[in-house]
Amino acid sequence: MKPGPFAYHSPTSVEQTVATLGELGHDGKVLAGGQSLIPILSMRLAKPAHLVDINRVVGLDQIEVTEQHIRVGATVRHSALERDGAAYAAIPLLRQALECVAHPAIRNRGTTVGSIAHADAAGEMPAVAALTEAVMEVVGPRGRREVAAGDFFEGALETVLDAEELLEAVRFGRFPEGTRTAFIESARRQGDYALAGVAVALTVIDGVLDRVRASYVSVTDVPGVLELTEALRGQEPAGADWSAVDDLVQAHIAPEADIHATADYRRMLAGELTRRALTEAAR
Amino acid sequence: MTALPGTEQLHDVTLTVNGVQRQITVPARRLLSDALRHDLQLTGTHVGCEHGVCGSCTVLVDGQPMRSCLMFAVSAQGHAITTVEGCGDSPERMGPVQRAFIECHGLQCGFCTPGFITTITAYLAENPAPTEEQAREAISGNLCRCTGYQNIVKAVMRAAELAAEAPTAASEVSA
Repeated sequence: MKPGPFAYHSPTSVEQTVATLGELGHDGKVLAGGQSLIPILSMRLAKPAHLVDINRVVGLDQIEVTEQHIRVGATVRHSALERDGAAYAAIPLLRQALECVAHPAIRNRGTTVGSIAHADAAGEMPAVAALTEAVMEVVGPRGRREVAAGDFFEGALETVLDAEELLEAVRFGRFPEGTRTAFIESARRQGDYALAGVAVALTVIDGVLDRVRASYVSVTDVPGVLELTEALRGQEPAGADWSAVDDLVQAHIAPEADIHATADYRRMLAGELTRRALTEAAR
Repeated sequence: MTALPGTEQLHDVTLTVNGVQRQITVPARRLLSDALRHDLQLTGTHVGCEHGVCGSCTVLVDGQPMRSCLMFAVSAQGHAITTVEGCGDSPERMGPVQRAFIECHGLQCGFCTPGFITTITAYLAENPAPTEEQAREAISGNLCRCTGYQNIVKAVMRAAELAAEAPTAASEVSA
């Protein structure tokens, strides 16, 4: 269970990184935290000829909080974002979700942007990227482009990123004033991949629900946003009938069965977790 | 960097291990766990699952616990690594976490223990007085198949007491 041989590149600037990725094309793979990639290499599920380690690229480890968004660079560790007080104040959902990402030892090395580029449907941060309507800052040999979260994820472990492109940063959008969020997932053991998980954001204006949305972990192919507003708009959060969203949730998700849980169980779980998350966010 | 015909390219890596600067020459695919065990003969770091699940290979990288099986040695260039040997390398010089494990019978076969010692050492440096529930959460990323965890949780609580009695011992370890 050792990785196969590969050539190692350790650029120190974004320009060098992009030039290297451009030369390598499909033979190259970006190494950030490696907490998903290295197990895949060790199990020989992938055998890239070249790894481009971006950990020494200057300037990618920055967290920037503005009025509109939180910009997270490609080498920011989950734990750094989780502990960042300004980021928590701006988008509490980030910490709410990051606390559920694996274990502290993994979060100390794994990167938030890397987990989004990896695009595992069982990953927490792709769901958060969807719900915050994040913008992906992509750089490649032909220059920079920005991709909305809604257009970024294509399938299981698939995104619109080209082989020679780097996801340089992700800008998580801040919610409107009056928005409350919650993140809940259920795993067989703390830190395991979730059987199902949900992030919710509800916006209250003049004491009633104005907008309610959710995104899911482990029960959809691609992280996306489920609009729940129609079922709940105008209700007071304290007395809202959350079961009104049940049918919308069940129509949105498409869980699969594996050795840990049946598809039906995951359906039940996703419905229950949604009601609980809405209840928690409404408090 | 050297490249010989028909062989893998080798990389010179300089890293600090338990306070001592070391230099190794390794292929890029050498996992940090293997570099510690094979190239530096520090066999205290144990390799269990080798894909980040079991926690046995946990070491401290610049004071933060990380899985050494999920890091390449080349990526450790310039970083400070603390292994279980750095938490106390002889019966006379044991750290508070090691002493607590002995007092509380926190190990049986001992295979997982190095990962627990490093994880708990780093945890207590940041959280010197955990509750039992927090202690349980702190070790949730490390698997033990012998003890049932009860005595490991006790050892975390006891280690916190021991570290509080002799705070210098804990700070030496994290250096």
